[in-house]
Amino acid sequence: MTQRRLPYIILAPGMILLILFLVLPLISIIFPTFFDGGFTFANYISFFKDEYNLGIFWRTLRVSLIATLVCVLLGVPTAYYISQSPKKWRGLLMSITLFPLLTNSVVRSFAWITILGQGGIINTALMNFGIISKPLTLLYTEFSIIIGSVYLFLPLMVITLVGILENIDSEMMEAAETLGANRFIAFMKVILPLSVPGIIVGSILVFTGSMTAYTTPQLLGGNRNIMLATFLYQNATALGNWKGASVIALIMIAATVIVMKLFDWVAKRMDKRGEASA
Amino acid sequence: MRKNIGLKSFAWLVFAFLLIPLLIIVITSFGTNSTIQFPIKGFTFNWYGKVFQNESFMDSFVLSLEVAFIGTLAALIIGVPAAYSLARHKVFGRNWIKSFFLSPTIVPGLVVGYAVYQFVVIQFQFPILQGLMLGHFLICLPYVIRVVGSTIEQLDFSIEEVSWTLGCTKLQTFFKIVIPNITSGIFASFMLAFINSFNNIPVSQFLSGPGVTMLPTSLMNYIEYNYDPSVSALSVVLMLGTIVLMFIIEKTLGLASIS
Repeated sequence: MTQRRLPYIILAPGMILLILFLVLPLISIIFPTFFDGGFTFANYISFFKDEYNLGIFWRTLRVSLIATLVCVLLGVPTAYYISQSPKKWRGLLMSITLFPLLTNSVVRSFAWITILGQGGIINTALMNFGIISKPLTLLYTEFSIIIGSVYLFLPLMVITLVGILENIDSEMMEAAETLGANRFIAFMKVILPLSVPGIIVGSILVFTGSMTAYTTPQLLGGNRNIMLATFLYQNATALGNWKGASVIALIMIAATVIVMKLFDWVAKRMDKRGEASA
Repeated sequence: MRKNIGLKSFAWLVFAFLLIPLLIIVITSFGTNSTIQFPIKGFTFNWYGKVFQNESFMDSFVLSLEVAFIGTLAALIIGVPAAYSLARHKVFGRNWIKSFFLSPTIVPGLVVGYAVYQFVVIQFQFPILQGLMLGHFLICLPYVIRVVGSTIEQLDFSIEEVSWTLGCTKLQTFFKIVIPNITSGIFASFMLAFINSFNNIPVSQFLSGPGVTMLPTSLMNYIEYNYDPSVSALSVVLMLGTIVLMFIIEKTLGLASIS
């Protein structure tokens, strides 16, 4: 009998801690958002009826989507290049990719403040060359949040893809070329379809990461370009609106889960199509 | 392999995009001007001195190390046996339990911090520091479950059976046979969890108070009111830390083990 109970005894401490310090806290903040006298969705309905809130919601999705697309576009060729380079180089190239990933995100956002700011590198250079007379507003825009998010998550996309692309036989490319495809077509028709599982996993990481990131929108977005995470923080601290903050918390969790399920669903559909055509 | 110039230049442009911003920070940290400038005028190490004289940076650095270490250690103590049990035992609802252990990754960090703050610190009056450590324990746990779990799954089960046959109890086998054979996984998960906890901002954002500020938060607060090269200097110090850690990982496990 003790033998059969043993695994549960081993698993119990972790599960109890997770229930006490993650599940119960989450329930305790989210439960009150559904009660106002009786059970109600009013808090959520009014959140999505407010134009200001909706703007923040759509901005968060838009920024995350664009950042994900850019990461795919930049990441796939780069990861393919790393996976095809000789072993002794691959370590170095992986280190170049890993280094930013392991560097603090405040540092990485700060780098873009020095590049995009009013007195930043781009504006100084353009003014010195006489191309512009007044500094451009590059920082504290959606554009700067997107660049910051791409910079934050591109390494994650590349590393995820390298893992997948390393397993693709390089003779496949040669076969495609022998059969008459030029390099670009061979890449699009052979490498790209084979890297879809990696693209999906990478996109989940980048999309949910950008959607819930706090540091980048806080440092690069300014007060005009608030995202869900910074809005939550603002509600809970400056505005003292804890219920509002909890509403945003559930919206963020729900959006994360929905995005993951959506990508998984797309992946499964593509798998099935692959089997059907094979 | 034949080289493709287009692909090669594209990839190197991306590498430049990844590295140049960090390189600019390194250069600006030596500027003599009191605000950040690029290109710099003059050359000085003064900003590094300023960083080490700044008490709030130093205090928060020590706190960050402590919290990341305790969070990771707690995650290992709870997580390694749990990962073993999930890999080896017939557990009812195993996949469900495993995803439950990985669930802190689904909840956004800021929400984890907010929920722990509201429930543990406000409702149950725990000191903020304990809340902070709990929050970091929560985000460290999934790394241990995932990395140590996959190491145990690759470990040959028959060596444990041999140990039992030769008279070791299950507990002795766990400590004498299993643990020594999964040290690389334990070390890899320790490094991953530690680095992520040390760098994490969202979880700590709510869980800070007087005297309890983690280094990244302290740096972020500083950036909001200052634009001087001491920020660059501290960033460079943090980057050096990253390089040292990457070097240690490369020499012991190989960087491939954490990517």
